[in-house]
Amino acid sequence: MSSMILEVRNLYASVEGKEILKGVNLTIGAGEIHALMGSNGSGKSTLSNVLVGNPQYTVTQGEVLFNGKNLLSMSPENRSHEGIFMSFQQPIEIPGVSMTNFLRAALDAKRKYLGLEPLGTSDFLKLMREKRAMVELDASLARRSVNEGFSGGEKKRNEIFQMAMLEPRLAILDETDSGLDVDALRIVADGFRRLRREDTSAIVITHYQKMLDYLKPDVVHVMMDGRIVRTGGPELADRIERDGFDWIKEELKEA
Amino acid sequence: MGSEKQYLDLYRENEVLVATHSCGMMNALRRGAHDVLARQGFPTLKTEDYRYTDVDEAFAPDYGINVRRLPFVVDRSSAFRCSVPNMGVAMGFMVGDRLTVPATTHWPEGVTVDSICNYDRQHPGRLAEYYGRLAPWGTDAVAALNTMLAQDGLLIWVEKGRKTDATLQIVNLGCGEMDLMTNRRILIIMEEGAKASVLMCDHNIDRHRFLTTQVGEIYMGEGSSLSLCGIEETDGENGMFDNLYVMQQKNSSFDGGFFSLHCGLTRRSIDVKLAGEGARAELFGGVTGDAASHVDTNLLVDHVAGGCKSNVLFKYVLDGKSTGAFAGKVLVRKDAQKTESQETNANLCVSPEARMYTQPMLEIYADDVRCNHGSTVGRLDEKALFYMAQRGIPEEEANMLLQEAFLGDAIRMVKIEPLRERLYLMVRERFRHKLGGCGGCDKCATK
Repeated sequence: MSSMILEVRNLYASVEGKEILKGVNLTIGAGEIHALMGSNGSGKSTLSNVLVGNPQYTVTQGEVLFNGKNLLSMSPENRSHEGIFMSFQQPIEIPGVSMTNFLRAALDAKRKYLGLEPLGTSDFLKLMREKRAMVELDASLARRSVNEGFSGGEKKRNEIFQMAMLEPRLAILDETDSGLDVDALRIVADGFRRLRREDTSAIVITHYQKMLDYLKPDVVHVMMDGRIVRTGGPELADRIERDGFDWIKEELKEA
Repeated sequence: MGSEKQYLDLYRENEVLVATHSCGMMNALRRGAHDVLARQGFPTLKTEDYRYTDVDEAFAPDYGINVRRLPFVVDRSSAFRCSVPNMGVAMGFMVGDRLTVPATTHWPEGVTVDSICNYDRQHPGRLAEYYGRLAPWGTDAVAALNTMLAQDGLLIWVEKGRKTDATLQIVNLGCGEMDLMTNRRILIIMEEGAKASVLMCDHNIDRHRFLTTQVGEIYMGEGSSLSLCGIEETDGENGMFDNLYVMQQKNSSFDGGFFSLHCGLTRRSIDVKLAGEGARAELFGGVTGDAASHVDTNLLVDHVAGGCKSNVLFKYVLDGKSTGAFAGKVLVRKDAQKTESQETNANLCVSPEARMYTQPMLEIYADDVRCNHGSTVGRLDEKALFYMAQRGIPEEEANMLLQEAFLGDAIRMVKIEPLRERLYLMVRERFRHKLGGCGGCDKCATK
């Protein structure tokens, strides 16, 4: 088995007939944290939606291997079972579905997919209690409907809590627009750092240096017009913080 | 057209027999009801109150009627497993129109549960001021047919000031050796300040087609309180015409829950009159339709007196080729000032072929009122489905969770707590078996 968890090759994708991704190449190793930066409309969120199989996005070309398997032929739920988790920028409220029933269904399905026996009720509840305490969500969580009436911060904690329950191999933390909400960024970044398994990789999508200060990525990518145009270490993020993206555009023109 | 003729003929040919196996009070109205039905016939789809259900077609098959009221199935009721067991209830069975009470059942003190005719024979004249006084058999064809043919039914009478916590459970069992029609009456009298809960479950235990007409009349005395909950778990060939009429006096409180979890054709008419100041009515229901099932709820909340509150919530989840209809009118008469009413009908069509017809109506003649009404027909929330898929919840499971959640709003209105919990579970089971049976009868299990 490859130690690469994700290999994206020459990926093209469109939404509502408009081509957004125009040949993305990206490789992520086990346990690595990658930051994806770029201005609005550069394709960051499209890439994450394509990876999790959002049906609104159409892949027109290219391939994606996840843990060596062909990701694009899998249903969104099987991608989840294989270990892809996306933390939603705006988590969906589902009135009337309790967190307990929601996670029970998710975990049961995952264990079935992996050929494991379902967790007994007491083990399941114990697991929920443990993970819940780690993200500082209160005990009423289990009975509450999914995200319904949660504050912004609670919704973020709830995403990380779900990540902790599902123990993904790759977490996609989409925080494109929550840059100004420092508290939300901190919750997601701290939560991820504390709750991830050692071999869990991450793609963090952000415009903001702050997020990267918290997360300390191993690799930083810059997307522009549907492609990854620069890849570097943390110093690349520092340069973007200082100079913005224009210098990359200039360099691309010259090339 | 004209399927009422076979019933009119049957009545005329068996007039003496029908009367012999019934009681004087019920017999007294038969001829009049016969004449009404003969004159006006069954309603057509052009009749406003019946535009969503083809009555003529529903009554067209040749059903037998147990005119001699042979007790062919009484012993089987004891073996029946109800899916709402162990609720701390006092339980009785209605096999067709015949009340059977297990020897182990003890009705609470001050509560009379009896066969209407049995009571009428023992207390002549006492029921006459109630029977047939609310049901508009002079104008409604189904009420007329029922009044013409019904030979017995259920009486629940709760004495003045008597408050009982135990739930009275009545299990209606459709059974018989052939396709059978039952015509049954329900009479509930809540005296001043009385309080009770009644659960009515409908099941079929034989593999025949059953058609039932049920006409219920409920008298709510001043300050009385009744929680009534009906749960229908029959089968795809069952036909049910259920007309309920409620008269509420001052400060009385009526909760009516109507859950059709499994059925064929059900046409339910609920007519509540808020006649005394400060009366309160909550009407709610949940429908899970599939295959070719059809559930039509026709509702009238009539605010006659001022200062009354009504709250109506019906939710349908329709799958397969099922159809649903909801026509609900809240009428606020000119003296009904300070009325508060809310009427909501929300529906999910989860398959492309399911159809829902919804018609909430509000008619207001008073000027100082707070009234709202609305309806929605939609599909499952795509964003929620994708969110659930991302967390690994398979599509089918996600659909079921969302459908259960949708009906949960109506279940939450059930006042009897153990029943509420049970209903959540039943709805859950219902969606998991999809086209399967109710689990309580051998009819579905052997199909």
